[in-house]
Amino acid sequence: MLTFIVRRLLWTVLVMFVITVVVFIIFFKTPGVDPARAIAGRNPNAQTLAEIRAQFGLDRPLPVQYGLMMKKIFITRDLVSYSNQGVRVVQEVFAATPATLSLVFGAAVLWVVLAIAVGIAATLFRGTVFDPLLMVVALVGISAPVFWVGQIANMITQGTLHGTFLFSWVPPLGYTPFTQNPALWFKGLVIPWITLSILYIGFYGRVLRANLLEVQNEDYIRTARAKGISERRVLLRHSLRTSMITFVSLFGLDFAVLVAGGALLTEVVFGIHGVGYLTWQALTNLDLPTIMATTIYGAFFIVLINAIVDIGYAWLDPRIRPT
Amino acid sequence: MTAPGQAAADTSAEPLLEVRDLKVSFRTEDGTVRAVDGVSLSLAPGETLGIVGESGSGKSVTMLSVMRLITDPNARFEGEVRYKGRDLMQLNRDQIQGVRGAGISMIFQDPMTSLNPVYRVGWQIEEQLRAHQQLSKQAAHARAIELLAAVGIPHPAQRVDDYPHHFSGGMRQRVMIAMAISCNPDILIADEPTTALDVTIQAQILGLIRKLRDDFGTAIVLITHDMGVVADLADRIAVMYAGRIIEQGTRRDIFYDARHPYTWGLLGSIARLDRPKPRRLTTIPGLPPSLLRLPKGCAFGARCPHRFGLCDERPELLDKVGDGHLDACHLDLKQKEDLRETTIHPELIEEAK
Amino acid sequence: MATLLEQVEADPGLRPAVAGRNPWALAARRLWRNRIAMASLLLFLVIAVMCLAAPLYAHNVAHVNPFPPNLNGHTVVNGKVVPVMRQGGGVLHLGETPIGPTWDPSHYFLGADSLGRDMAALLLYGGRSSLLVGIGAAVLCSLAATVIALIAGFFGGVTDSLLSRLMDVIWAFPVYLLAICISTELLTHSNGFQFGPLHVQASSLWLPTIIIAFIYVPYVYRPMRGQVLSVVNKEFVEASTAQGAGNLRLIFSEILPNVVSTAIVLLPLMIATTILTEAALSFLGVGVQPPNVSWGTIIQDGTDLIYTRPWVTIAPGLMILLTVLSLNVLGDGVRDALDPRAKLRVEG
Repeated sequence: MLTFIVRRLLWTVLVMFVITVVVFIIFFKTPGVDPARAIAGRNPNAQTLAEIRAQFGLDRPLPVQYGLMMKKIFITRDLVSYSNQGVRVVQEVFAATPATLSLVFGAAVLWVVLAIAVGIAATLFRGTVFDPLLMVVALVGISAPVFWVGQIANMITQGTLHGTFLFSWVPPLGYTPFTQNPALWFKGLVIPWITLSILYIGFYGRVLRANLLEVQNEDYIRTARAKGISERRVLLRHSLRTSMITFVSLFGLDFAVLVAGGALLTEVVFGIHGVGYLTWQALTNLDLPTIMATTIYGAFFIVLINAIVDIGYAWLDPRIRPT
Repeated sequence: MTAPGQAAADTSAEPLLEVRDLKVSFRTEDGTVRAVDGVSLSLAPGETLGIVGESGSGKSVTMLSVMRLITDPNARFEGEVRYKGRDLMQLNRDQIQGVRGAGISMIFQDPMTSLNPVYRVGWQIEEQLRAHQQLSKQAAHARAIELLAAVGIPHPAQRVDDYPHHFSGGMRQRVMIAMAISCNPDILIADEPTTALDVTIQAQILGLIRKLRDDFGTAIVLITHDMGVVADLADRIAVMYAGRIIEQGTRRDIFYDARHPYTWGLLGSIARLDRPKPRRLTTIPGLPPSLLRLPKGCAFGARCPHRFGLCDERPELLDKVGDGHLDACHLDLKQKEDLRETTIHPELIEEAK
Repeated sequence: MATLLEQVEADPGLRPAVAGRNPWALAARRLWRNRIAMASLLLFLVIAVMCLAAPLYAHNVAHVNPFPPNLNGHTVVNGKVVPVMRQGGGVLHLGETPIGPTWDPSHYFLGADSLGRDMAALLLYGGRSSLLVGIGAAVLCSLAATVIALIAGFFGGVTDSLLSRLMDVIWAFPVYLLAICISTELLTHSNGFQFGPLHVQASSLWLPTIIIAFIYVPYVYRPMRGQVLSVVNKEFVEASTAQGAGNLRLIFSEILPNVVSTAIVLLPLMIATTILTEAALSFLGVGVQPPNVSWGTIIQDGTDLIYTRPWVTIAPGLMILLTVLSLNVLGDGVRDALDPRAKLRVEG
């Protein structure tokens, strides 16, 4: 098992390297695009362009350019955004990361717990009115646009019902770092967590329920029942255990995308200046250095999380483990 | 004539298991499927009962219903299943869980999919042990190793920690058997235990079942479509067709004195090495009736070469002579004796010409 | 002795109860019987018709042209003539607040937005855009993905590898980020999108349609390719080839009909997804562009009025919710109809 983990992580490093090369080529070598202009953002003047050419070594051979770029991002970390008044990009991404991680981790914990609860509840209450009821609620969760839910949440918690005891504790929009004020950090994230997780609770609740029902027809579940163990144990130790395999692989994909910047809608609506927010701003301003940095950041997390999920997958399903 | 359910041979002992007029039906979008249409059986302690029939005859559904393992919400049950003084059909969930795996155990057809792939084999055996007996983890583990040894798995102390996919099909079936006998059940139900296995492994598994029966005195219900399997192991045999038992008797009765045209057809379709080679293997022409629309008369009537007027009325499963051999056919004994040989072996007619 | 077939045909007692019926007919019957799916189909159609009839509503019922700003306009409420933009709400009477819902279909039913425009009419026009883009993108995407999947699955080998790698690269990017990136690029740098002789204006609805179709192609491609591969390996295709059928014929008469059902099952869910994506992109400003409106742009416009005129935010979101919900329920129903889990499990 240990060799499996080590091999997987080494593979991750290799993939990361390939990604940085691909990103570099896309941004620096797209035919017809002058990288200096692209980096400079809107309305560059000749002096800025010259400066950029020197700094990034655009007159030097390709591998050197790549090397310089990687140095600026990873080692000296002095990659600068020209369209954003010389802000240091790498630091900006680092500064934005805790916000995104706080948002996504919190929401993930919430949605995994509730999705499992919903999936199990729907299975247990199968045949009664609760099952379709839960599924309708789940469907509504999937069908509501997340940014709209966020707007409505703000409307209620910041506006209409802000005065009441229900929501008077909700702080103004924005993110407070944990190190600065843990209580405020938490209070400011509760509503965003709920908003972001609604969609996923709906989706994963349904997926789990479908899996649990499908698994009921498997031969080994019949064997488990024939052994005389309790229905609850059959559900939790047998059905759920094997259903979690699909759940985990799907979860890994979604979680990775969210961390990589996919939570931008939630971040924008709640004023959380995380990586998604940053990416969106960079994209709409065509701020190339920031886009590069966030892309590499995003790729890194996707690859890392996929590796972790693969390892978790092997732990969950012994058939996959190398002998 | 004695009614079914009263074993003529061993009336002194209470039957261990008694199925009385069991009916199982399923509601579907096309109508009601009558999978089991009034089945009565009894099983004496230590006895081996073979249930023979083709796919769709209701043999598996009958025994799955006895164990209350049918989870289809569209299933409807009627009738009684008496075991140790209780009607299993009336038990609540906790009570039936107490019976399953402890009093009555079941093994299934496909060993490749019948074990949970994510748990070690030892863990799965221990789970059953600890569900019914107060055992510590170590004790259960030791017992699991013993059981694996008893079913002939080499190096049981190492293998107990392996996962199912580390075992071959035959080995997995042995593991299933080990699990099933772990709590010393009174009855072991084996639903086509060898159908999915190679012929050589088949013989081994059947040998294992016989050995366990002899060692522990477990009663066995052996479900199969293969007459060869029951020829060796079964004390009594019940032949099912279209959800009904159409003949029931001792092994000798069925093989040498069969009293139903369907049974004759089954016997005739066995390739025999000790007879002249027929030009074709005999088959029973036609198809079983749809379980959605069972005929009012004899279920086998449409395919029976000896059908006559009375057959429009459903024949009851009765012991017509009082010798414990029941059949559901309107032909009288003399007619049956006359027709038997030529129906089973039509090549004899050819020879005679 | 008659053959088995002859016997079965002669004797009605021997025929199986459910004779072989056309699987499409069976599926349609099952879907028809699924009342909940039918109800959602009805809901979706009602919404679609209402939105497509937006011009009718605007001209004949509300008598407005909802697109140009109407800051100085007036309307009639309870028989009295009132200005559409009222002097400031709140304690300090600051700014101008548009009129709220009057619940009168012919006079600003849902009130006005910050430019004094009739919300109800805008809502319907917005729906029109959202539905056109959503359905268009889903259909375009399915077509493209099916064609690519057919080519990849049928020809296999290098073709398959290349196409699948290409799909993987697109798939690797988080969907929304990719869409934002492409949209921004096409909306700001070039005026619209030039593809040879094809020129799509930045303000056209085609632009978001094509972009959204593009980003989802890998998602439809994967299941379609799987389906194509499983069919290609089946014997009847071999049989057809042995009979001398050419490639094109094979693809269209043998393989395509068998994979179409997968595309149909996916379609309602795809439309639900594309509508949500369009709404998100429009909300962020990189989807439907002015002068067009969509439900997403209306929600964005409603941000300023969120505490004073909540209906500007609630109404379009509710419409999206109902539309997508009805599509999800319908999608479930279609899947169940074409691929039902066997309700019967009778053995031996």
